[in-house]
Amino acid sequence: MPLTIRDLAKEKYVLPGHAACPGCPETIGLRYVGMALGRKAILVIPAGCTSIIQGLMPGSGLAFPIINVAFASADAVASGVAAAKEVLGEDSVVTVWAGDGATADIGFATLSGAAERNENIIHICVDNEAYMNTGIQRSSLTPIGAWTTTTWKGKTEPKKNMPLIMASHGVPYVATASIAYPMDFIEKLKKAASIRGFKYIHLHAPCPVGWRFDPSETVEMARLAIETGIWVLMEVEGGRTTISPPSRPYADKSRRKPVIEYLKRQGRFRELSDELVRELEREIDEYWKLLLKLSS
Amino acid sequence: MARLTLTGNHCVAHAVKLARVKVVSAYPITPQTTIVEKISELVDSGSTNMKIIRVESEHSALAAVYGAATAGLRAFTATSSHGLLYMHEMVWWVAQARIPAVMAIVTRTIGPPWNIWTDHHDVMGQRDIGWIITMAESNQEVLDETIKLFKITEDPEVFLPGIIGLDAFILSHTVEPVEVPDQEIVDSFLPERRQPYVIKSGEALVMGNVPSDLLVNFRMREGVHRGLRNAEKVIERVDLEWGKLTGRHYGGLVECYRCEDADYLFAGAGAWVGDMRIAVDKLRDIGLRFGVLKIRYIRPFPYSRVFEAVRGRKGVLVFDRSISAGSAGPIFLDLTTHLYSSGLRIPVKNVVTGLAGFDIGYEDFVKIGKSFVNEVSESGWITSFLDFYP
Repeated sequence: MPLTIRDLAKEKYVLPGHAACPGCPETIGLRYVGMALGRKAILVIPAGCTSIIQGLMPGSGLAFPIINVAFASADAVASGVAAAKEVLGEDSVVTVWAGDGATADIGFATLSGAAERNENIIHICVDNEAYMNTGIQRSSLTPIGAWTTTTWKGKTEPKKNMPLIMASHGVPYVATASIAYPMDFIEKLKKAASIRGFKYIHLHAPCPVGWRFDPSETVEMARLAIETGIWVLMEVEGGRTTISPPSRPYADKSRRKPVIEYLKRQGRFRELSDELVRELEREIDEYWKLLLKLSS
Repeated sequence: MARLTLTGNHCVAHAVKLARVKVVSAYPITPQTTIVEKISELVDSGSTNMKIIRVESEHSALAAVYGAATAGLRAFTATSSHGLLYMHEMVWWVAQARIPAVMAIVTRTIGPPWNIWTDHHDVMGQRDIGWIITMAESNQEVLDETIKLFKITEDPEVFLPGIIGLDAFILSHTVEPVEVPDQEIVDSFLPERRQPYVIKSGEALVMGNVPSDLLVNFRMREGVHRGLRNAEKVIERVDLEWGKLTGRHYGGLVECYRCEDADYLFAGAGAWVGDMRIAVDKLRDIGLRFGVLKIRYIRPFPYSRVFEAVRGRKGVLVFDRSISAGSAGPIFLDLTTHLYSSGLRIPVKNVVTGLAGFDIGYEDFVKIGKSFVNEVSESGWITSFLDFYP
């Protein structure tokens, strides 16, 4: 039986009074985290947009138990929480909610350590493809060619492939998700919560402020990423790679929209050369070939 | 009670076991390593059940301890030198979050160059943060004070983390006869874990988001200071309680050796206080009445006790095994600040020595003591407030 909206927790975990920008993908994602994990969730949140989105102490715009922690510490703090909850016999889903910086850059050693130890936690990388909280600086997950405030002529290096790096750790579960496909994301969260050991979910989260598009188009932008094939929904479970249903049609290259449809809607790619567009198309093709090989 | 021959590091491990710590997380660094090795051995042999999180760095070690402690359990880590520096961000985080936890610091100098011997730059670098800091003179004191720290840090009037400092190799790797109390004694001494809040699923408690009122945040900072000041009386009380159970009390925040009729005092902290005791005996043999003021707690700095101890003396020599570069030794700075504001005017001189593990013994303290008496007798004061020795 596929999951329906009726199966989900009714409690609201993102409350009025949060401090997110209009069109923020993170609050969208956090709603789904609440729907999927409900009252079992404990969030560990390193520095990033969600440090602010929560709103001001002593209140909170998020109705989760939350431990805000130093940037590079999240997966280690979560390891400690998970260890304690196991000793105490409490049924908790300890979940790191971290941006691309806290995942792939400053927090990477900590993440890799927790994954290698197979800690019983979920790490969600909410990937808005730059350091948005500090004002749109490049990260290792910023795509090639993208303008940021530290790459005025466009980033010269390609995006690091975190999902495959995490899959190479041999952890029980790795998945990618998108804020435009809530049921896919929620199902993956629920599955992750049911698996013991380390789980990594990489959530694609287009940011209107940093990517330079209208705040009403967040979900559309996320959907275009899937439809152009530049972001692929998949799972790696027990070493088996599976393309998730929303992305399956785009295994067929002819069904993918041209990547320019995605790029031209975002101000950050305004200066992108034709050559770089072709480079990105080539990268998309190569990545799909690899994924299809892995999933065959 | 068992009488065992233990290194300082193994004393820490036994204390952690006796305190029924539930989560340990650490990363190896010389000279700390044998603490977690011993704990691992105790766990693997089935003589205790603790979860050990074998992390990839010291930053993560204290982060994992913070997570476990925030989630409700007694937790412990240990480190030295560069490891401590690498976890420095988390040292702040734990204290400002008011989460009780205990850390052993096996004091080691800081590079470059690479050097594993003792000085106190690592532990003294943590004194402005909000951790209780105690320095041990002997392995027995290491064991006793580590157990006591769990009680002190978890006292509702304190609710702050604590550091037990022990000198590299001089204590950490040197065996001494040690009385190890029975588990029942420690159980009767240590209450169940107490902490200001516990993060658990289903309760929307948020720790550490942005403040709306900066005065609230200001008061939180002030509260850390006040918690440390409250710790003074808790430390004194816990020392007496432990003394009643084991026959060993150390004087609380400070300990005096032959102070009663002393004209001059040595003041200092750590293993070399043992050498100072011998030096005092030697100096008294030649008619110079010295005593030792052992600063057992660096934080909270015991200024009332120090004031009482030095009042009426002809002079005080403060030995620091680290220096606040560009100023003076940290114990000297604390001590003189509090004496000055109490209106006490006596010659106090700072001798910075033993840096980078440079070994000094009781003969050196004798020599420095004699020269100090000459300096004060001839000039009526001190000719310089800070000397490096040698």
